Amino acid sequence: MDPTAKYISQKISRTRWRPVPAGLLQQPEVFAAGSWDNESNRVSIWSLGDDDSDTDGEFDEEPRLLCDSEHDGDVTDLQFLDGDRLVSASSSGAVAILKLQPDCQALSLAHVWERAHRYSCDNAPCTAVVCRSPELVSVGEDGRVILYKADQTEVVRVIENADSSTIHAVTFLRTTEVLTVNSIGQLKMWDFRQQSDSPAQILSLTGDRVPLHCVDKHPNQQHIVATGGQDGMLCIWDVRQGNTPFSLIEAHSAEMWEVHFHPSNPNHLFTCSEDGSLLHWETTSGSDMSTLLQRGWNSRVVSHSGVPLAGEDDSVVSSWLAGDSSKNRLEATHMLPSQTLSVNSLDVLEQCLVCGTDGEAVYVHRQLPNFSI
Amino acid sequence: MEEVDVEPSPMLIPSAGFHQRHLGFEWGPGDLLVYETNYKLQGPRSAGSPLVHVVRKDEDICSPILRKLFNESHLIFVGLQKIKEDVPSKNKKSQFVSISKNYRSVIRACMEELQQNAVSAQDGSLASQYGDQVSILLAIELIWNLCEVLFIDAAPAGSLLLHLLDWVRLHKSDVDARAREVLQSESPAQHQSYWDVVISLVLQGRMDEARQVLSKQASLRAESSSVFKRMDVLLQTMPIFNPTGTQTLTEFDVKWRHWHEECDRCLQDNTFASNRHLETIVKILVGDEDTILEQKELLSTWYHFLVTRLLFTHPTIKPPDLHYYAQSSMNMFLGPRAPPEPLDIILLSAFEFDLHQVIKDCSIALNNWWFVAHLTDLLDHCKLLQSHNLHFGSNLREFLVLEYASGLFTHHSLWQLAVDYFDHCPEFGRVYLELQIERIPLDTERKAIKVLRICEDRQMSEQVRSICKIMAKRALRNNRLGSALSWSIRAKDAAFATLISERFLQDYCNKGSFTDLDLLDNLGPAMLLSDRLTFLGKYREFHRLYGENRFSEAAKLLLSLMTAKIAPRGLWMTLLTDALPLLEQKEVIFSVDQTYELMSCLEELNTGTKDSNTTDQDEDIESTKTELLRLALARNLAMAIVKEGTIET
Repeated sequence: MDPTAKYISQKISRTRWRPVPAGLLQQPEVFAAGSWDNESNRVSIWSLGDDDSDTDGEFDEEPRLLCDSEHDGDVTDLQFLDGDRLVSASSSGAVAILKLQPDCQALSLAHVWERAHRYSCDNAPCTAVVCRSPELVSVGEDGRVILYKADQTEVVRVIENADSSTIHAVTFLRTTEVLTVNSIGQLKMWDFRQQSDSPAQILSLTGDRVPLHCVDKHPNQQHIVATGGQDGMLCIWDVRQGNTPFSLIEAHSAEMWEVHFHPSNPNHLFTCSEDGSLLHWETTSGSDMSTLLQRGWNSRVVSHSGVPLAGEDDSVVSSWLAGDSSKNRLEATHMLPSQTLSVNSLDVLEQCLVCGTDGEAVYVHRQLPNFSI
Repeated sequence: MEEVDVEPSPMLIPSAGFHQRHLGFEWGPGDLLVYETNYKLQGPRSAGSPLVHVVRKDEDICSPILRKLFNESHLIFVGLQKIKEDVPSKNKKSQFVSISKNYRSVIRACMEELQQNAVSAQDGSLASQYGDQVSILLAIELIWNLCEVLFIDAAPAGSLLLHLLDWVRLHKSDVDARAREVLQSESPAQHQSYWDVVISLVLQGRMDEARQVLSKQASLRAESSSVFKRMDVLLQTMPIFNPTGTQTLTEFDVKWRHWHEECDRCLQDNTFASNRHLETIVKILVGDEDTILEQKELLSTWYHFLVTRLLFTHPTIKPPDLHYYAQSSMNMFLGPRAPPEPLDIILLSAFEFDLHQVIKDCSIALNNWWFVAHLTDLLDHCKLLQSHNLHFGSNLREFLVLEYASGLFTHHSLWQLAVDYFDHCPEFGRVYLELQIERIPLDTERKAIKVLRICEDRQMSEQVRSICKIMAKRALRNNRLGSALSWSIRAKDAAFATLISERFLQDYCNKGSFTDLDLLDNLGPAMLLSDRLTFLGKYREFHRLYGENRFSEAAKLLLSLMTAKIAPRGLWMTLLTDALPLLEQKEVIFSVDQTYELMSCLEELNTGTKDSNTTDQDEDIESTKTELLRLALARNLAMAIVKEGTIET
């Protein structure tokens, strides 16, 4: 089924689903979109309308605008803190919390940390922000990592000079640990419990230092991380294992902007790229135990490190770490009907996928094809 | 200079040019800069307005709703360019027609949204602005549709009229609304617009619907029902050409003439004399031009008159004959005194199959190149434009697409679309793109990365280098040495990498330690980009080896740095001073040969010309250092000779 496209007259830098209250088996209906490269940028909230249950199932509802708010500078990142608060990162270096009124009638600024990221004589864009309520972490082109608490007006901690190059993305590994990726191809792990301002661990690819643009953690297994870089390579890392990634997959022909594991079904991975494609990766994990043992054992021996992971529970061995990316284990499908301009962002929740492009269009899939939970 | 086609209309610039001040101007890619000036080069300064005015011809580009038009049509344009050449022409024609329909549906979607906004707008001037845009889009769609019928679909005689009928019906939609109103009223036959609706439907050739509305009348009046039945039969039996059927044009013509004679007979027999409305209808069916002309109100445009006239006098019209009727229809409809509007002239040129005139007139009338660029491109793909070389070197299609794309490039956001348009201009597109792409303001790294990707995909290495240099310099100014280095690596810019390494070394000399160790320790193969960078990496490695107490390896590395001439001359003293602690170690680290080499390096350094600017104090320090080194080297030499000369027993 083709996705619904909606042209919204602004280039979209980020789209995010509003989180659905846990426990209710609802499909997400509201998403936020942030724009960039406009003279006046906006953060807007869109709704997909009612579920198809009472109308004709074929009828595709176009997203409609609920409310929006002006944003100073490009929206470089957007994350929902909880059901009605949204964090936005700006190219002016500010990080702001926006509050969504009940019934999504209006979007207002609750709090802003101006110039959180800065140079001594200029503004430094904030490149990414990640939240695990009530904590927020932001990173920017100035190489700082900043920790905030949502209700406090002052920042909690700043790691100055965390990186000599631009940090492009950040993700939480554990409650007090974050992982950042930078433009010289390094993954750095930071532990906020430690007093020192140096990273707990540094991982990188040997060979060319290709800038990394996005990172995402496996929802269930905290040591598995996926990154995407300037050359479009998708890498799966095991952060306990040290310096080399487990798999290197040639995913795209240009920069990969976002990579996401599906939050409830981590055998599915989604990537989007500057080359205008959005790929859905599915790894077949072989639910049959005997095949798992046969294939699982063999491919672990063949895997990159060559050393079987000590203390690993065999039945939980992740299919991502199998190291074998041949076609019968990893399938990729194009999600967009034709080549568009760069797909800058994607978000996936339950059975719904939303993405935004530089062609000023938002595409929504309400029913992911070939998707089984 | 060429003659101007149209007298240019003056535009007033507010708050400029008062008190007889001269205005100077300068052309930009999409706009004009105007400022007040003294004109004379010398003379007393006089107070003038300090403002610089930016005059922009194209305001549509800023409209948020029209942006959707630009984006969606961009997708269609790119899809059109991808149609392969080797598909047989019959299939291609249907593809082109469907692409044309796509374009038109995009225009219509925009029009509807603008219409909704015009209705709901609070501000009067905004509403009128929307209204203007709606009417322009209406005109554009009208012209495009006609061009599709005449040129792209190129219908032959017979189906030509059917297509023209469709065209007219699409653009005269109020008939449907009125018909609905009449039919839904309590007694349709008494409705005041009843006969207007029937006649309008007949004028548009919608006989079945006319019969349906007419039947409401017939059911009322039993006594005159025979007259209505007669009319019903006439309307029902009107032959319509079926292009997919087996009937040939000549057969259709014969049938139509029979029917026409029948109608004429009814007229002569005064069958409908009892009802003047029916009389009017039968006169129309016969093709009486004066009667049709009387319905000016219902027709409302001369091209409707033209098509109706053709429907009832000459349904098998052939394309080349169209223009006779078009000209005369226009004259008859508009009358002698009313001058034709630009739209009318354009449509007339289309009926005359003068494509170039159509394009030219549209370019003059509209303030945005969107329409002419896309239409010309489509017509060019249909191979309808002769290769009409313009004075300035490229053909018409390329010229228009380039103009449109250049206009897009001046927009802060839509420049990304323009890139694809430039790609499909074979002669000058690349040059235009090269010139324009360097001028995009780069506020964030992400934007710079996108621009770089565009340049790299097209092998524009000059532009890549210049953009990377801009970003690297900015990073350097903000003390982000790692970023600066990653930009120079991307551009493979050895000179800049050298500059950055110099900066690092300078920092080292000033502070005594390296900054940004995470970068230096992980340079990898990028180290080989420039000699200075290699030196920096290796020097850092030396420090690391020293820190790990791997002295012999450190010593070898240090020596190789000096002898391989990677190290810059100015730093040799520092390197030799670094060697000092190694020389002072208890165990011998440098071998005899190595010590000799170190000595020769030292001497080479000292025989260099002395800098006359060094103060006495500096010279003292230098000579002390040299003495210390000489002493240490001599001692090391002694120990090394002894060690190497000793035979282990």
